[in-house]
This record gives sequence, C-alpha cells and structure tokens, in this order.
Amino acid sequence: MSKAVEIRWHGRGGQGAKTASLLLADVTFNTGKYIQGFPEYGPERMGAPITAYNRISDTPIRVHSNIYEPDYVVVVDETLLEAVDVTKGLKKEGAIVVNTARAKEEILPLLKGYEGGVYTIDARKVSMAALGKYFPNSPMLAAIVKVSGIMPEETFLKEMEASFKHKFASKPEVVAGNMKALTMALEEVK
Amino acid sequence: MSIRERLSGNEAVSVAMRQINPDVFPAFPITPSTEIPQYFSSYVANGLVDTVFIPVESEHSSMSAAIGAEASGARSMTATSSCGLAYMWEELYVAASDRLPVALALVNRALSGPININCDHSDVMGARDAGWIQVFAENNQEAYDNFVQAYRIAEHPSVRLPIMICQDGFITSHAVENIELLEDEKVKAFVGEYDPEHYLLKKDEPMAIGPYGTPAFYMEAKRAQLEGLKNAKQVTLDVAKEFAEISGRSYGLFEEYQTADADYIMVVIGAAAGTAKDAADQLREKGIKAGVLKIRLFRPFPAEEIVAAIKHAKVIACMDRTESYNGNAGPLGAEIKAALFDAGETVKVLNYVYGLGGRDVTVDSLTSVFEDMQKVAQSGVVGETYRYLSVRE
Repeated sequence: MSKAVEIRWHGRGGQGAKTASLLLADVTFNTGKYIQGFPEYGPERMGAPITAYNRISDTPIRVHSNIYEPDYVVVVDETLLEAVDVTKGLKKEGAIVVNTARAKEEILPLLKGYEGGVYTIDARKVSMAALGKYFPNSPMLAAIVKVSGIMPEETFLKEMEASFKHKFASKPEVVAGNMKALTMALEEVK
Repeated sequence: MSIRERLSGNEAVSVAMRQINPDVFPAFPITPSTEIPQYFSSYVANGLVDTVFIPVESEHSSMSAAIGAEASGARSMTATSSCGLAYMWEELYVAASDRLPVALALVNRALSGPININCDHSDVMGARDAGWIQVFAENNQEAYDNFVQAYRIAEHPSVRLPIMICQDGFITSHAVENIELLEDEKVKAFVGEYDPEHYLLKKDEPMAIGPYGTPAFYMEAKRAQLEGLKNAKQVTLDVAKEFAEISGRSYGLFEEYQTADADYIMVVIGAAAGTAKDAADQLREKGIKAGVLKIRLFRPFPAEEIVAAIKHAKVIACMDRTESYNGNAGPLGAEIKAALFDAGETVKVLNYVYGLGGRDVTVDSLTSVFEDMQKVAQSGVVGETYRYLSVRE
C-alpha cells in the first residue's frame, strides 16, 4: 500500500496551477520519490476554476483517482475561497496555503472552520519583486515545499536551480529571477 | 541500465515512437492524444527521427495515409482518440482486412454526446470488431512497454494485422508518473527493421492490394484474417518473453493480482486496475480474499486462459467503462460470461458500467463493488446483474 502525501491545487485556468503541480512532481522526483502530478479538466477556458493534484510517496503509486482527503491544499487564486469549497476533505493534521496580500485573520473566516494549519503568502508581491511580472507558480511552489516539509529547503533550491538552468537554457537571464522568487517565497510564507 | 524518468503517458508513448523511428507518421490532432503527434513533430523538426510526417486534414485521411504507406512497404503509425477513431471507422476495417500492421496509439476518450473530453472506453470498444489487435495499459510504463512491443506482434508473419495500443485519456495520458525507459539502441535492436515479404512497390512482384472480394472469395479472406488474429495470442506471449529479457518487466495476456486463492475477483481494463489493486489489498488486510484480473489483450480475447484464472471465485465482477446498449451486458461482461458458459462454469457474475466520461473511480467506489460481491455470495441472491457504479439515479 502506498502511503502518499497528497496535495490538491486550486487555481483558475491560465494561472499555472497545473504547471505548478508538475513542477512539484519534477522536483520531488529528483529527490528519488515516486510521484504523480495530474490535472482535472473541466470545460477548459481562461479563468475557470481548475484543480490539479500531487501524490508523493516512497513506494510505487498505483491508485488513479482524484484526491478527496488531501494532506495539503494550495490556493493559487484567493477569489476561489468564496467560489470553491477549498478545505473540503482537507485533513486537520495538514495545512492550507493561500496566495493573498491579506492578513491570515481575514482569510480564516472563509475557511469554514478548518482546524489545521493556515498559511498565507503574497505571491504577487514576491513575483513582481523578483521577476517584474506576475507568475504565481514559483512562489506557491516554494510555499508548499516549506509548509509541507517534503524536502529540505537547500535540496529544493539546488534541484530547482538545476531544473531552471535546463528549462531556460536559451535565456539564462531568467534563472536568477526565478531563483529569487523561490528564496523570497520561502521567507515570506507565514 | 534502464533510465529513470518521469513522464506523462503521452510523453512516454512519444518516446517509444522516437526510438522506433517509423517510416511514415500521418497525423491529425484530437484531445487527449494531441500531444503525441505534437511531441513527434518536434522530433522530426529536430532531426531525431527521419520519419515522413504528414499533417492531414482529418482522421479519415490519417488512417488512409497510414494504410497507403504500409501497403507500399513502409512502417507507419498514428495516434487518435474518441471521435477521431470513429472518423477512421471504414479505414480501420481496410487496414485489418488488407493485413497491414499499422500501429495506432489510442488515447481512450468518451464518444459524444453529450460532448466530453474525458476517459472512457466507448471509442475502443466500438472498434473491437474491426479486426485489430487491442492492447491496454494501466499506466505510463505499460503504455510505453506495449508500444515498444507493438510492431513485433503486428508484423509477425503469422499475424500481419494492425494493432492499437490503448491508454486512458487524461488519467494516464496527462498524469506525470515515474517510468523506466529503455536505451534507444536496445529498443531499436528489439523492434528491428521492417522487411515485409510482399508490398505494393516491390517491382519484381506486381500485386494488387484491396481488390474487390466476390462472394466466391470474401468469406475465405475473412476466415484467413481470423487465423492471423488468433495467432496474435501466442506471438504476444513470445514477444513479452523477449521483452522481459531486455527490460526485466514481465507481461502476459492479462495480469493476475491476488487471484489464485480469491473468492471475489474483479476483471477490469486500464488505469482503474491500479486503484482496484489498492482496494483488494485493503480488503485482504480485513481477511477478505479479493483479487483483480487486469486485461492486457482484449483482441484476440484470451477466453480459455481467463476462465482458468477466475473460475474458482465465488463471485466475479466485470467492469465495463462503456455502455453497449443491449441492456444486459457490457463488452467485457459479455465476453467473460460467454467464455464461462462455453467452459461449463456457473460462477456468479456481476457486470458494472463505471467511469463513463471521466466519472472518477476511487478505492472506495471499487471497494463497494467487492462488498456487493460478498453480499451475493452470502445471500445466494444475485439480483440485477447489470449495474451502474457511482451514478445518480
């Protein structure tokens, strides 16, 4: 039986929640884990709520279903807090990470009495400071790695740098900005 | 040493295609198989293969072009899903009856309507009587391994029939998972060069392919075609044995998971088999003898072998990811029941329609099927044999 760490991502079409889940699959794969990263497709259109998932395990993963009782939830777009039941099934031993500029106290009433860990990060602030553009992916990825503790921060940064260097081989100037977004996000999540 | 990677099912099949480096790849895109020709076209553009890539205007044409290329002696392949397969319909029969070993990567998706892009097996099951060899995968690894073995089965002189290598749309095609790839040279050596005995462009042997079959000959042609398909069973096993030697991964006509002493056996096709294995493990922890038989080869159907593997069960559940609108059984349920009947077996069989149009299949939902099987065994009452799983009535 696989005892996987299960993560559910909530975003809106076009924001890259699926890409973020695939990046998390990549980086955890690189540390020797068995992984799944997959999207749940509804009617695809920019701005529609979408869900993506990760399973991360020390043993092979056989189950192929969506995740209904995740250990962690990542909310890439805070407007979803009122549109989608983001804490549905979320284990109280787990945590939720929300991309918002608002204080945690303002978010709590929207979480339907969720008793587990609640973390926030202003991914827009981080992304604008590090990249000059709004790409919430990298900050949210760093935030969930920190909150879940699925790997040491140093390992995460080392693996991500290697993967950015590979991904942006033709535009190496982008690597530093993305790395800055990750390191800033590790500090900013609270 | 094999290569540890993480790939989606579509990426995995595309890698196998690159390693095989076919002569011709005609393509028309359709979700969720679109990525396959997309990745392959990048291999062509980057010079990683020397395949003739033909972008066509429809699936009717992609299969027609594959047939034309194969008839002229060129190894050809394509990919499709759902309505794309439906649009190939008449050509599927032409490929099979002309004995042309085309390989098709089929990424299973529901047929319309209502229009839906997600997984079920209505596309492939509709094509089950077209004369193709049909092979199914549980995950990206099996989709890759099956594709590497495809031409060795299809091109075998005793078979010479087209083959479709199936995987579940999105569930497998778009899920990134761990995979072990083989080195390019190993795959190339295993698959080998295509050297057909007869082909249209062989100048010293003028021949016709696909001429009119009069009533005096048509039936003999169909009968000969059946012989080729039946031979595919042994060839599939022989090829799997050789594949195990280069990969360390064993395949049969089907996979038996905890079936040997099982009281309750679920027969299932595709990605749901993995979920079913988790359900069976959980039940075994409670002392309930659950097992799973996963179909790999659906055409030809290994009826006798399956009967031998399941007949000792108290109750069997056949899982059909399609509706065949006869009101009594799905395609898998009908095959299994016919096979058991012919063997004189009277084990109780339930038949479930599940997962249509991407309806999620969970450990809990499949556990409920095992629970239904126990109820039948305990009460002796079968009740309705044709059932729907996870549906709002």
